[in-house]
Amino acid sequence: MKASITFGKVTNFLGLGFFSTLKNLFTGKLEKEDFKVLLRKTIVPLASIVLFIGLWHLGAKSLYNIEAKFKIEKALKDQGQTAADALKVCIASGESTCQPNTLPSPAQVWESYKSLLRDHHIISSDKAAFIEKTAVLNAKRIAAGKAAITYTGRPSFVDQIFRSLQTVFAGFLLALLIAVPLGIFIGLSPTLKSAFNWFIQIFKPVSPVVWYLLVFMIVKTLLIDSNEDSSFTISFISVGFCSMWATLVNTAMGVSTVDKDYINVAKVLKLGTFQKIFKVVLPSSLPLIFTGLKITLSVAWMVLIAIELLAQSPGLGLFVWEEFQNGANDSNAKIIVAMFVIGIIGFLLDRLMLTIQNWVSFDKTDAI
Amino acid sequence: MAYLELNNICKTYGQGANEMEVLSNINLKIEEGEFVAIVGFTGSGKTTLVNLINGLLAPTSGAVLFKGAPVVDTSHERGVIFQNYSLLPWLTVEQNVLMAVKEAFPEKNKKELKTIVADYVEMVSLTPAMHKRPKELSGGMRQRVAVARALAMKPEMIIMDEPLGALDALTRGNLQDEILNIWGKDKRTALLITNDVDEGIYMADRIIPLRPGPNATLGPEFKIDLERPRDKTAMNDNANFKKTRNAIIEYLMDIGNERKTEAKEAYILPDLVPKDFVNQFKFGN
Repeated sequence: MKASITFGKVTNFLGLGFFSTLKNLFTGKLEKEDFKVLLRKTIVPLASIVLFIGLWHLGAKSLYNIEAKFKIEKALKDQGQTAADALKVCIASGESTCQPNTLPSPAQVWESYKSLLRDHHIISSDKAAFIEKTAVLNAKRIAAGKAAITYTGRPSFVDQIFRSLQTVFAGFLLALLIAVPLGIFIGLSPTLKSAFNWFIQIFKPVSPVVWYLLVFMIVKTLLIDSNEDSSFTISFISVGFCSMWATLVNTAMGVSTVDKDYINVAKVLKLGTFQKIFKVVLPSSLPLIFTGLKITLSVAWMVLIAIELLAQSPGLGLFVWEEFQNGANDSNAKIIVAMFVIGIIGFLLDRLMLTIQNWVSFDKTDAI
Repeated sequence: MAYLELNNICKTYGQGANEMEVLSNINLKIEEGEFVAIVGFTGSGKTTLVNLINGLLAPTSGAVLFKGAPVVDTSHERGVIFQNYSLLPWLTVEQNVLMAVKEAFPEKNKKELKTIVADYVEMVSLTPAMHKRPKELSGGMRQRVAVARALAMKPEMIIMDEPLGALDALTRGNLQDEILNIWGKDKRTALLITNDVDEGIYMADRIIPLRPGPNATLGPEFKIDLERPRDKTAMNDNANFKKTRNAIIEYLMDIGNERKTEAKEAYILPDLVPKDFVNQFKFGN
């Protein structure tokens, strides 16, 4: 039954079918009909990206000019002609201290991206050096029953990304563990459904900020004796509570709308309750459960940024907020870098879920 | 006492003003080892009747007696072959059949169960498709799996609800022979629900027409006095066959016409006059 795994199959499975067209272009296997596909699936998106960057560049430039003009006029009014001339020269020279603060251009964002990467290399080599330096001392401290000295330097951008991913996965797991079993119970029993319905309807639209505050109130008291930093706990629990509703509603719906034929089969075969749930009800509601999980993961990633910001939990949200507060000349560019990183990771997470869904689902029809 | 007995069965759906009697006054006796076919139009309540007998539904009044005891729930003694196969699409052929066998024989170990599954899948000649999912099979193959699943539980009675309705004529003929073959081996009691008179005559000992619902009830029975095994081509020239076939079709046509004339009721329309839209849209007066 094992089929050979080809490049085309893998890319199609991952929903990245245009890669195989691209590969055909380079290996010279491109047919005439394929050219249309290539045009639609590769060239058009690339062209739109170029157009987007062009528009962005022009927009940023005009915003820059407006801001510069305003700055010079203000200097003229407040400090006189000499100060205004000096500022003009300063802006034209590209000196970082006097640049207008506005939407960064694509080139500036790219520069910031590279500087963030450089920064990451510096920090990670620092960290490695620190660990090496303290290795002997730490071994002694542990032998003496004392706590090891840990690196407490500032996290790099890449560290923040991984921290955010950790938070989102912890939150997603929490949502999964609460929403799927609860959804199954609610779907199976009309009594439970009416018991929980008001609860779901009221709490579903609550904003992430309010969830955060609620979780904060509870967790703060529960962890009152602990000296540990509870910001991670609070943020992942809030993410879980914000994002679990889609899964809960979808699971309940999937379970309560199992095809009548399958239920009849279960009855005629006289399956026990557990058998019925695990062999008939769950497999048949799996597609809907996964749709819910997909929404949950993307909601989790979306609210994560806001919640990290509030909770002061390290991660991309905190990074964005700190850069905004920082107000350095490349802060805006770094915020835009973070925006793209957030967007791309969100897209990849969605693809990941789709791949898992294709993997476990019996219905191998193409999902979107 | 008959093997399966239906006494004055009535079944209504809905309540109050929406109440509709689908089946009324159904009386039926089936003896052990008999093959009975019930022939009826679509929508005459055939599936409701089947579900009453297999225990998925309870009658509004009257009693279904199986071996003298009232039917209250589904049972492994009565195997059901559904109209739309009802295979679980996420399981392979083997797993679909195995699930049924496991429930029917909880005392057997895994190896014995697998042997039973293999035997029955072999019987419907699907061994090469053992590890395929229903989606990869044709309609006829799917119905064969459903047949294997029902029979592998070794039921004392087989209830078939239009099992071959969705199949093409050729596959249909083949499967009819297969089912007859299997039935002939240990002469289990069988009830076939169908809308095909020829199929009924070819397979059954007795044919009972179901008059169309609402208020569907059973018509007079027709005995089929043909030697088994029956030969389809030879049967067409058999005088006895022709006579029975014509009698049944005539009966069904008659009740069809009856229903048409009955349907000619006068509709009382409410006395309504169209609204004066011109005045309605004059604003501000």
